[in-house]
Formats: sequence, structure tokens, C-alpha cells
Amino acid sequence: MKVAPAIEGARTATPGTDKAIDSQMNEILTHFKGEKGELIPILQQVQQRFGYLPEQAMKRIAEFVHVPPSTVFGIGTFYAQFKLVPTGRNIIKVCRGTGCYVRGAPKIITELENQLGIKDGDTTPDMEYSLETVACFGSCALAPVMVVNDKVHGRMTPEKAKKAIGKKSE
Amino acid sequence: MSFEEIKRQAASEWKAMQNSPIPRILIGTATCGMAAGAETIMEALNAELAKNNIKADIIQVGCIGLCYAEPLFEVIKPGKPGVFYGDLTPELVAEIIRDWLVGDNPRPDLALGTRGEGTLKGIPKLFELPVLKPQVRIVLRNCGNIDPTNIGHYIANGGYEGFIKALKMKPQEIIDEMKKSGLRGRGGAGFPTGMKWQFCHDAPGTVKYIVCNADEGDPGAFMDRAVMEGDPHAVLEGMLIGAYAIGASEGYVYIRAEYPLAIKRLVVALKQMEECGLLGDNILGSGFNFHIKIKEGAGAFVCGEETALMASIEGNRGMPRSRPPFPAQSGLWGKPTNINNVETWANVSAILQKSASWFASYGTEKSKGTKTFSLVGKVVRTGLIEVPMGITLREIIYGIGGGIPGGKKYKATQTGGPSGGCLPTSFLDSPVDYESLAAAGSIMGSGGMVVMDETTCMVDVARYFLNFTQSESCGKCVMCRLGTKQMLDILQDIVNGKGRPGDIELLLEVGDAIKNGSLCALGGTAPNPVQTTIRYFRDEYEAHINEKRCPALACRPLISYYIIPEKCQGCGICIRACTSEAIKGGKRMVHVIDQSKCAKCGTCLDVCPAKFSAVAISSGAPVKAPAEPVPVGGKA
Ligand SMILES: Cc1cc2nc3c(=O)[nH]c(=O)nc-3n(C[C@H](O)[C@H](O)[C@H](O)COP(=O)(O)O)c2cc1C
Ligand code: SF4
Ligand code: SF4
Ligand code: FES
Ligand code: FES
Repeated sequence: MKVAPAIEGARTATPGTDKAIDSQMNEILTHFKGEKGELIPILQQVQQRFGYLPEQAMKRIAEFVHVPPSTVFGIGTFYAQFKLVPTGRNIIKVCRGTGCYVRGAPKIITELENQLGIKDGDTTPDMEYSLETVACFGSCALAPVMVVNDKVHGRMTPEKAKKAIGKKSE
Repeated sequence: MSFEEIKRQAASEWKAMQNSPIPRILIGTATCGMAAGAETIMEALNAELAKNNIKADIIQVGCIGLCYAEPLFEVIKPGKPGVFYGDLTPELVAEIIRDWLVGDNPRPDLALGTRGEGTLKGIPKLFELPVLKPQVRIVLRNCGNIDPTNIGHYIANGGYEGFIKALKMKPQEIIDEMKKSGLRGRGGAGFPTGMKWQFCHDAPGTVKYIVCNADEGDPGAFMDRAVMEGDPHAVLEGMLIGAYAIGASEGYVYIRAEYPLAIKRLVVALKQMEECGLLGDNILGSGFNFHIKIKEGAGAFVCGEETALMASIEGNRGMPRSRPPFPAQSGLWGKPTNINNVETWANVSAILQKSASWFASYGTEKSKGTKTFSLVGKVVRTGLIEVPMGITLREIIYGIGGGIPGGKKYKATQTGGPSGGCLPTSFLDSPVDYESLAAAGSIMGSGGMVVMDETTCMVDVARYFLNFTQSESCGKCVMCRLGTKQMLDILQDIVNGKGRPGDIELLLEVGDAIKNGSLCALGGTAPNPVQTTIRYFRDEYEAHINEKRCPALACRPLISYYIIPEKCQGCGICIRACTSEAIKGGKRMVHVIDQSKCAKCGTCLDVCPAKFSAVAISSGAPVKAPAEPVPVGGKA
């Protein structure tokens, strides 16, 4: 697959080297005091910055809030928002909530899986796209719904879904 | 500035806006409006106004709830009632600007309805339409009417008056008022709010917390999001009142990360409260201190459960713990904590502003006030609605919702999300209140209402919910973790055509065991969708198990697509659309589907021209079609 055309909101920064991660972590941590209650907000910042939780970052955070690394890993695996492996520049999320399910979400998911050649939860080998399904975006009245990076698209059809990820229709 | 001064200023600014000599356009830009394309409409609007040299105020508002008609705006010409237009496109925007703002034709052919004083010929009053007439707006009182990023708009419409009243009352008087109102928690369980406050008020200790549960995890529900996006102060004022009554000086809003716009609106609202002296230390000189923090969830359904939610705020894995002790005794960091749902808080501010008896005049004996629902699924007018408790399902689905689209038959309504159940036709005339829904085996829940028609398979729906609860189980209780897995496996087999006699009984038995062996309501209610569908749609389960047939023609492994030889005109449209190359045919030949290649995507059914309607689905029997293409019109 060729590098896709830029879609609005694609993540530009890549995590880069260990050193780059370290210096970005320094920056993120300056906004926090080091209290246990900040653990999840810190992880959210890291997730947003890198698209996943690098192991090295999690160790840093453990030291920072004075808990064993296992606690940080435990939280990283518990919440669906956190990913432990790198994700693509473009995050494609499809709703699998009830409102969307009865209005044809499975067809949208199948179409995207076919278009991208990956399954729900995976990332394309070129790191361009990650495909996720999400429990509900709260726009159920416009079902089926998908979100490309941060833009919400309603009343999807397989054809519109294809366009939304920047693929031309035949 | 004193609150009196703030209020006076807000009122005069609001009045000036109402009497403004230039037109106003109110456009819905909540998440759902955006999803429907409000951004494009705004661009078109700005361009058209500029092109026609018209000065107008554009005000971004929350949702009026007519989601089916989004994108939508209201055009208010000075001295005229506001006119609502829906299903907007840039072309329609141009026409409306040209005809109604430049010219003098409100375009009754395009208008949905009017709001405000006066009438316009040929356009009905919006709130007289079947979709709005049965509705009563308490929680949604300001949604779609005010700019949610302007605290002045809220104050000019009676906002914070309830809190001012509360400040002049004794805490116990406020709690008594809440008890008198009969308000019950809107987060699902329906626990009386006044009683809950009493427990926390009476708990010993000087440090207490207030929490707003904005996790809204029920898939298919978006009432809380709409309120926070459209009228955040209604919720925050409620929290202020609650904190004062209970004696808390710190509060949290725990909100799911999937709601970025709602978070943004809350942040703005909190800042404005501080600027007005309504938040912080010594609020309005009363000596009462209160601070609110926002905590973002991280994508775990179980965190909506109150003890899990508190664990998550503390920075732990969100796992429920056993109660007692209840949060009112020992909650956040071991301190007495009162937790209520978004909609509950928005009711609190309305009750204090008006009165307990006013609130209690709506609803039924045991279920007072109104309830918001997100009406979604197979219904014509999907939307966000607010109705008095006790209204019937039929009034909601056929009155407000306009019935089932595409001439299909109604099958069931799902309430209460993964904890709830499916209500069949026989409940259409039952009142919607806590007791009636519980008696039917479902629950009120937080307000998700998903309508299903004859093409929805009830076994598949049960499987869908079990799949949800199974993957969201926190894993603490064996029965919840493994029992749901077992139920899911059985259901998976049934929809795959591998069901066995005795499966139904086994599902019921495992379901009871899960209910008994689970700590929190996630496990305790997980079997509900299965048990209610077995109760009301047992025949569908039996068809899947005994005949390997899906009556709704929905379960892919049990259906086959085929082309009806008598109807096919050999147009070839389906061949071109089929990505699996499963269709054989030719010019003027009856097409046939090779079952071994067919992926059952349904595309051919969608694309076959309606005048032919030659593609059909069969289940439980071999298809009646030739194996190879034959000439059109010939004998099959
Ligand atoms: C698994 C589970 C999920 C829940 N999710 C929510 C939710 O998303 N929002 C909510 O307000 N209450 C939710 N609740 C209910 C809360 O535990 C709690 O009862 C509620 O927030 C109390 O507020 P109320 O009295 O105002 O209804 C959930 C409960 C369970 C067991
Ligand atoms: S019932 Fe399920 S979700 Fe609730 S505590 Fe037990 S395992 Fe966790
Ligand atoms: S259902 Fe899909 S795969 Fe099967 S014949 Fe029709 S278009 Fe082709
Ligand atoms: S069910 Fe899909 S957005 Fe809610
Ligand atoms: S359009 Fe926003 S709630 Fe429906």
C-alpha cells in the first residue's frame, strides 16, 4: 500500500528514539506534581503524545508517582484507551454501540477491514492507519458513526466510510 | 460584582439580543450536529451572508434534540418568530438566506416550524408538532436555546437562582426539599436523591466530596453528553447546591474521554463560574467554599459503577468493591462522598429554582418528573427527547418517533443498555416508569432507548450485549468473568447454527448463577438481555437451534442470498457490485449466486433496482434458484 494522502488531524510526531522519548517525558511531567491520583492523567498525556505507552515512559512514570512499575502496567492494560504497541498516524474508530449496531455498523467495520487489510485493533504495516471499534460516541441518532482522527462522521454507508479514510471510490 | 448586578447585566444583555435589529441564526453545533455536517453549513452560512451583504449574529447552541433533522438552524428575523430549517445543505442555506433574509418568503416548504411570539402563514408551531408536543423540558430547558459558552445566557434564563435560594436555606431544608420533590437518581438504579444526600450529610467528618457521574457508558445513550454540551451550568449549579447541602468543599466530574466537546464546555463553564464568584473560596461572600475538578475516564464501562469510579479517580484500576461501606460513609480517599448522575444534577438546579411541588406535579406516583431518552435505532425520528414519567412506549415510538421506517414491523424496544431488557409489542401501552419497566424484566437505566424492527434478530441482540458485558467485566468475580464467557459461547454457537437442544435452559441457569455470584451490578444485570429475550422471543431461539433458521434473516451463517429467477431482468448491476465475484450472469440472462463464493455482504440486495427487487434472503431451507444462468423470461 502506498502512503495515503494526508487526512485531517493525522498525528505527525513519531515517538522516535529512546532519547527523544525521554526528553518529551521530561516536558510532560513538568505539568504534574507526582501524586498517585495523577497517574491516569499522565498516562493519557503520554498516550496522546506518542499514540501508545512506550515501556520506557511507563517506568519513568512509576518512579515519578512513587509506585512499582507493575501498578503502571496494570493500569495501562486495564483501560481500553491505552495501547501498549505503537499505533498508526491516522486513528480510525468505528462505533460498535447498540444504536449503530442495529443500523448497520457491522457492514462499516467489514468495509474498513477490507479497505485497510487489517482487523479491528490492528495497525497497517506502514504505520499509516489503526483501526479500532469503540463502545459509543454519543451520536447514536446519526448511526452508524465513525471517527477519523478527531472528526466525527455520521450516517455512514460503506461507500462513505471508504471516502472518509481518503480512499477513492471506484 | 454582586450576583444581583451580574443578573441585571445578563438580563439586559439577553433582552438586547432578543430585540436586536439584526437577524440571529442559532445553529446546533454539538457533537451530533457536527457529525451531521454543521461545519459545512456554518461555512455556507457565512459565505451567503457575506455575498448578500447581510449582518447577522450567528450563535452556536446545543441540541434541541431533533437529531433526525440535523444539520439544523433557527433563523430569527427581527420582529418575527424564529423559523427552524432542517436537513440543511449548502444549497438550501443559499435559498433560505435569499428568500427569507433578503426577501420576505419564509419558505414554508422547507421550514420545520416556528418558535416564539407570532405566527407565519403555512408554518406550524415547532412545539405543537407531534415530535415535540408530548415533551416536557426540565433537564433540557435551555438546550438549543442558549449559547452554552455564555454564563450570562444561563443566568438570564433563571440560572443560579436555585443556588441563591439554597444559600438562604439551612442544609436540612434543602435536603427536605429534595425528598419532597421525589427525585430519583437518573444514572440507572433510581435511588431517591434526597435520601442519599441525607446519608452523606449525616455521616461524621468534615471533609466530604461530591461527584458527578458523567461516564455515560451505556452504548446507544447520549443524554448526558447533550446536557453537558448544551447547558453545562445546569449540571454545575446542581453540584453547587448539593455540595452546600451536604457540606462538601470539593467536587469531581468524572467524564468519559470519548466526549471531548463536553469536556471543553465544562472547562469554559468552570472558568466563568469562578469569574462570577460562583466557584472557589467564599462563594458570593457566604463563607461557603467549593472547587470542582474534571477527571477524564479512560475507556472502561465498569468505571460508571460508583465504587469503581472512585477507584479510578484515585488513580487505580477501576474495579468495584463490595458495599457497605457505602460511598456516603466511606468514598473517595475514605471520606463521605455523594455521587449523582449528570441528569440528576441538572434536575436539582431546576427543582431549587422552581419548587419541589412543581417538579412533583410531573410524572407518576412513584416516578416523579421527567426522563430524557436517546431515541435511536429503527425509528423515523431519532433524537434526544424528554418526557414526563408514565408516558407510554407507544406515544414515544409512534408519536414522537414517528414509527418504524421503511414500512417495517416493530419488534422490540431495548431500554437500560447492557443491564436492561427488550420489551416486545405487548408492552407498547405500558407506562414508562421505574416500576413498570422493572416488572417487565428490564430497567429504566440511564435513558438509552433502542428501537428494533423485524429485521433485528433478538438472539443476535442478546449475543451482542453479552459480548459487551463479557469484554467489560473487570474480572474480579469468577461468575461474572467466566459465566458471561460461557453464556457468550453458547449464544455464539446458536447464531452460528451450532445450537443444541437444552441450550436455552442452560443459558437461563448460568444467568441465574451469574446474578447471584457477582459483586456489582455489571455482573448482576448482565444476563438481563438474554433472559428477557428468552422470555419474550423464545420462538426465535428455538428456530435457530432446532431449524438452523434465523427468522429475522439477520444471522449471516444461517442465511443465503439468492436471485429470484422470475424477477431478475439480467441488468447486471449486482455483478458489478459484488466484490466477491460470486454472481454469474450475462446480458438478458437470469443471474445466479454461487453460494460457495458468496460472502453474504448484502450488497447485491441493496443495489438491485427496486422495480425488480430480484434479490432475496432465505434461511433454514435450500434456495430456490437454478445453478447456472438461464435466459430471462425462460422457465427456471
Ligand atoms: C456497570 C455499571 C455502570 C454504570 N454506569 C453509569 C454511568 O455511566 N453513569 C451513571 O450516572 N451511573 C452509572 N452507574 C450507576 C452508578 O453506579 C450510580 O448508581 C449512579 O451514578 C448514582 O447516581 P444517581 O443516584 O444520580 O443515579 C453504573 C452502574 C454500574 C453497575
Ligand atoms: S460483577 Fe463483574 S464487573 Fe462487577 S466486580 Fe464482579 S467481575 Fe467486576
Ligand atoms: S451477498 Fe455480497 S458476496 Fe454475496 S452475491 Fe451478493 S454482493 Fe456478492
Ligand atoms: S451507538 Fe454508535 S454512537 Fe452511540
Ligand atoms: S442533534 Fe444533538 S443530541 Fe441530537
